[in-house]
Amino acid sequence: MSDIHPETDDRVPPLLRVGRFLKDNPLIPLIGFLILLIGILEVMRPGILSPFWAGNMIKFAIPLAMLAAAQVLTMLTGGIDLSVGIVATSAAFVTATLTPLIGPFPAMAVAMAVGALVGLVNGFGAGIARVHPLIMTLGTGLIATGCLQVYQRFVIATGSDIPDILEWLGTGRTAGLPNGVFLFLPFAAFILWVMRFSGFGRLLFALGSNETAAKLSGVRAWQVLIALYVLSGLIAALTGLLYLGMIRAPSLSLAVPLVLPSVAAAVIGGTSIFGGRGSFAGAIVGALILRVIDTMLTLARMPEGARIALFGLIILAVTALYVRFTETR
Amino acid sequence: MTIDPDPDLLLDARGVAKSFGAVRALTDASLSIARGEVVALLGANGAGKSTFVKILTGALKPDAGHVRIRGAETRVGSPAQARRSGLVPVYQEPSLVPDLDIADNLRLGGTDRDAFQHWMEALAHPDLTLDAVVRDLPLATLRIVDLARALAAKPDVLLLDELTAALPTDLVERVLKVARAQAEDGRGVIYISHRFSEIAALCDRATVLRDGRSVGEARIEPGVEERVVELMLGAKIDLGKRAAEIARPKPEGRPRLAVQGLAVAPKLKDASFTLHPGEVLGVVALEGQGQDELFEALAGFRQPAAGSIEVDGAPARFGHPADAIAAGLSFVPGDRAHALFRERSVRENIAMPFSARMRNWGPLRLRHEKARVAEAIARLQIDTRAQGEVQRLSGGNQQKVTIGRWLAHGVRTLLLFDPTRGIDVRTKRQIYPLVRDLADRGAAILYYTSELEEVPLACDRAIVMFNGRVVDIVEATEADEARLMRAAYGLTATEGAA
Repeated sequence: MSDIHPETDDRVPPLLRVGRFLKDNPLIPLIGFLILLIGILEVMRPGILSPFWAGNMIKFAIPLAMLAAAQVLTMLTGGIDLSVGIVATSAAFVTATLTPLIGPFPAMAVAMAVGALVGLVNGFGAGIARVHPLIMTLGTGLIATGCLQVYQRFVIATGSDIPDILEWLGTGRTAGLPNGVFLFLPFAAFILWVMRFSGFGRLLFALGSNETAAKLSGVRAWQVLIALYVLSGLIAALTGLLYLGMIRAPSLSLAVPLVLPSVAAAVIGGTSIFGGRGSFAGAIVGALILRVIDTMLTLARMPEGARIALFGLIILAVTALYVRFTETR
Repeated sequence: MTIDPDPDLLLDARGVAKSFGAVRALTDASLSIARGEVVALLGANGAGKSTFVKILTGALKPDAGHVRIRGAETRVGSPAQARRSGLVPVYQEPSLVPDLDIADNLRLGGTDRDAFQHWMEALAHPDLTLDAVVRDLPLATLRIVDLARALAAKPDVLLLDELTAALPTDLVERVLKVARAQAEDGRGVIYISHRFSEIAALCDRATVLRDGRSVGEARIEPGVEERVVELMLGAKIDLGKRAAEIARPKPEGRPRLAVQGLAVAPKLKDASFTLHPGEVLGVVALEGQGQDELFEALAGFRQPAAGSIEVDGAPARFGHPADAIAAGLSFVPGDRAHALFRERSVRENIAMPFSARMRNWGPLRLRHEKARVAEAIARLQIDTRAQGEVQRLSGGNQQKVTIGRWLAHGVRTLLLFDPTRGIDVRTKRQIYPLVRDLADRGAAILYYTSELEEVPLACDRAIVMFNGRVVDIVEATEADEARLMRAAYGLTATEGAA
């Protein structure tokens, strides 16, 4: 008698086996898909592939991948953070407007504190009041949007300035690579470490996998959730700082369009919205894939509206397809 | 005793069998009800009673056998069809929509209002207004509402499943009276209860299920309890050496755990006992006698309404399982699905408590963790061929993982809730000596089991619970199954308790 679950049996239909392979090694088909897309791009516009183009693609994928990190971490527990867009925007706006008043580093510190504060409220709602994170983060996002508009009226006369360090990170290049990687590589290493080699990361998987079992093991979910959403808010604020350096024009909706792609990048990268399963490496590839698709649409010279609509459609299609392949049971 | 095919039978179920995957819940169950009869359906935990009820009421389809109602060859296909053909069940948990008022609930089921009011009066609840919302009503009232609704449907066969559990005495009496009146009216009643006093007062006949078979019937007459207990027990297979035969000194000194007058809503009313280091204390009870509440309160999942818990002589309050764990109480729940992270590895499942506290949220101590996990795996002989995901392990190995978690963490007081439920005999034989060994090394173990034959195999003493109270304490050497079974049915200390 075999003690192994019949799922590991060899007699499974080929499609299911492909699905299982994708589930066990989600990065391989993802990278294949990315290369395929780049190939199509080269066919559409021969000669487009260059180190400069690659650097540009990476540069704009970085903020998306960072916000996707916030989604991966929250989705591991079965949650989501939809406030990341407005938090990143607020952080950028606060930094730009406070820099002339109190100097670049105190301004950035205030911006990070804003991220942590929104995260704390999210964590309180999700962890203690047990509001669903979807509703909670939408709500705090809306509150933050309102606060930002009020704040704008107070600082309308002070002007804005962008700290040099952020401009260097956002626009500079070193040996062809965007300087953003100097922020992103340590960031990615930290997130990967948290997920694989820290007790906190293990608890994120545990809460998403089976909250009762986590409780039984002595895990106090509210502590984990508060820490998680504060971390998510900090990640969003940090992304806002980098994005400010890239775009160099603070506005009240700077990073908001990145929210849906950040969720999509996480899901394409193999993170389950139901919790318990997720990969940040996958989300990074997912962010690159979305950037390439965006380039393709730009190249197709479509009107702005059609481009946005098609981008939304493609995100849904790719996500649905990928989920269909890997969640076959 | 067999009954010939008889068109006058209201209900005739024969040779009913049902398997769930590899598990045979029923092999050959039969039940018949003649006009004017009240029949008790009895069986120990796991005998297949609830599966049989589900088949009778059409919630499950049998693999073999048939269910005839009023002699007609109609095979029950769905709960609605069973209802139409004349069999109406009333369960312990009322089947009413909580957010609607009574009138709407009656409308949903197409119940005749006047008939319903008539039965409410018969059950002495005439003052209930129909616009009361179900959610706001006490459970006892809801059961009466559910019963009146069932009676209003003029059922040929009324099935009452543990309806009187936790019902006040006066209501129990009225329920029994109404049920008796049904029979006198030429209808039939199937009565399921753990209380012999009620069965003796109400029923004509008892039919007993054991291991998925109907093993016999008994007329209700004085002394029938003995015969029924005998039928429920049957002959048992040998599971291993009796722990009780090994000489062991009586526990003395300060108890590890002292529980005094513990009451936990909804079912635990009054539990007192002590548990010493080195001791395995069995808990014996039929389903729903408060043992779930007892274990969950000791594990920090529920808050007691009254009473005290002392650990090593100091009063303890557990607001969260983390508090219980900090006090050295580790809980292995009866349902493995509650304890396991299905898609995570064996190692992670076992090591989870290491990371639970905030001061351990930093770097994993991988070497320490691997050593402790490997030790637990070796000690429990967990088959690790599929250790990447716990859900790929067999049930027995999954159960070992839930126990292994606390071995790796270090056991002071272990709360095992039916640890051998649904696992194979070989694994069971590994678990008894392990429990013994843990106790010998100074652990205190509380061991609830739904299988009476385990008590002398694994325990030193056993407390028996009935109706939310500890009613008896039995030494393992005297813990023959008949005595435990009688006590579990409330036949010794609190006979006739309601």
